[in-house]
Amino acid sequence: MSEFFAMGGYAAFVWPSYGIAFGVMAGLLVWAWTSARNGEAEVERLRAAGIDPRRRQAGEGVQG
Amino acid sequence: MHRFANPTRFLRLANAVLPWLGAAAVLLLGVGLWMALLRSPADYQQGETVRIMYVHVPAAWLAMAVYSTLAIASAAFLIWKHPLADLAARAASPIGAAFTVVALATGALWGQPMWGTWWVWDARLTSVLVLLFLYLGHIALTNAFDDPERGGRAGAVLALVGVVNLPIIKFSVDWWNTLHQPASVLRMGGSTIDPAMLTPLFVMAGGYVAVFAVALILRIRALYAERRLRQLRLSLPDA
Amino acid sequence: MSRGAYRSRKNRRLALILGGLAFLGAAAALVLTAFEDSVVFFFSPTDLADRQLAPGQRIRVGGLVEAGSVARGPGDGEIHFQVTDGTTTLPIRFVGVLPDLFREGQGVVAQGSLAGGTFEAEEVLAKHDETYMPPEVADALKRQGHWQPDGAPKGGGS
Repeated sequence: MSEFFAMGGYAAFVWPSYGIAFGVMAGLLVWAWTSARNGEAEVERLRAAGIDPRRRQAGEGVQG
Repeated sequence: MHRFANPTRFLRLANAVLPWLGAAAVLLLGVGLWMALLRSPADYQQGETVRIMYVHVPAAWLAMAVYSTLAIASAAFLIWKHPLADLAARAASPIGAAFTVVALATGALWGQPMWGTWWVWDARLTSVLVLLFLYLGHIALTNAFDDPERGGRAGAVLALVGVVNLPIIKFSVDWWNTLHQPASVLRMGGSTIDPAMLTPLFVMAGGYVAVFAVALILRIRALYAERRLRQLRLSLPDA
Repeated sequence: MSRGAYRSRKNRRLALILGGLAFLGAAAALVLTAFEDSVVFFFSPTDLADRQLAPGQRIRVGGLVEAGSVARGPGDGEIHFQVTDGTTTLPIRFVGVLPDLFREGQGVVAQGSLAGGTFEAEEVLAKHDETYMPPEVADALKRQGHWQPDGAPKGGGS
């Protein structure tokens, strides 16, 4: 088992590589997810308050 | 081209495939990790450091594939003025920058033990660093204008100018002497990687593609919501 | 705006983009060709022999470490070896720590300057090739005689 973690003496290079690759991808997904959720929640909140961005755009003649 | 009908239809479709893409990402990366770390052999020359290949090479592939996506979306935006293409381009560049950072960082961690250096200014490494700057420039430029339409156009032009860099990255190792070795997979005469190492590489690359697709859809959703909020605020009388 | 006018404007934009890309590609090709000497990371021993170098000019040379040419000493950490591109062979002297991948028959890039007929290297980097395989497969290939012997000149390589 400790032989596996030693990576033939290259542990200091192999493990950080995996850490960076998966860390960056995880961070990317978390950021993408929270930004989508927060933005859509804000739109939803305004719609619930009776202000519909899409209806307004339709009024401006942008839709269709 | 219906301005806002299409984003809605696109998002309905994208949301339907999103869970499947997420499941594919988890499955492929899980199996990929298991194969890369436990079920694949060490290399006859590079020993255990060859395992860095399974996280480095897919990141480099994605760095270029995401740029192709960015360029196609940018061309579509300039030609058809479709807002969804603008959103896709804006969504792609931070994702591409992330994969480029992974490729550069894992490459340094592989270069130090094998080549004897973290970094050299050879044609391959330098052109990939230029790719990172193109992504960062695109992010900065698209957000530099008050009018999103103008920002989108400026960013699209930059993205298309940067397309010249893609063949330079790919063929740098063939055209000039570089420290980086030539291509192993996409080359004339077939792959020079043993099947025992090629399978984990492809599984991992599949996982990376799924991560890209999930992140792209989520970012398009976020940018679409942002644009709707912006339009709403502009149309409010007290804005 | 008529449908035809819209289509022709789209076609014009498409043509503009394609034309711009072609122009840019040609410009990039010209620039990279003109500055080829700075784009290449190293020269082969043959390139070096063809070129007039100022004494002490720093340059990188790359090739394969010739099999059987590596000798240690006489100084502490001093190493002598020959680098070949199949046509020309260049003797190299280096004092220092070599990268793990440095071995006979493998690619190498040395930075330094030419002193007499010997290349005095300040830094030696290893350059590996594009083949990856498990050690057992490499052994099997050797046993079956399908192996290209290490250090054999690879024509036009690297």
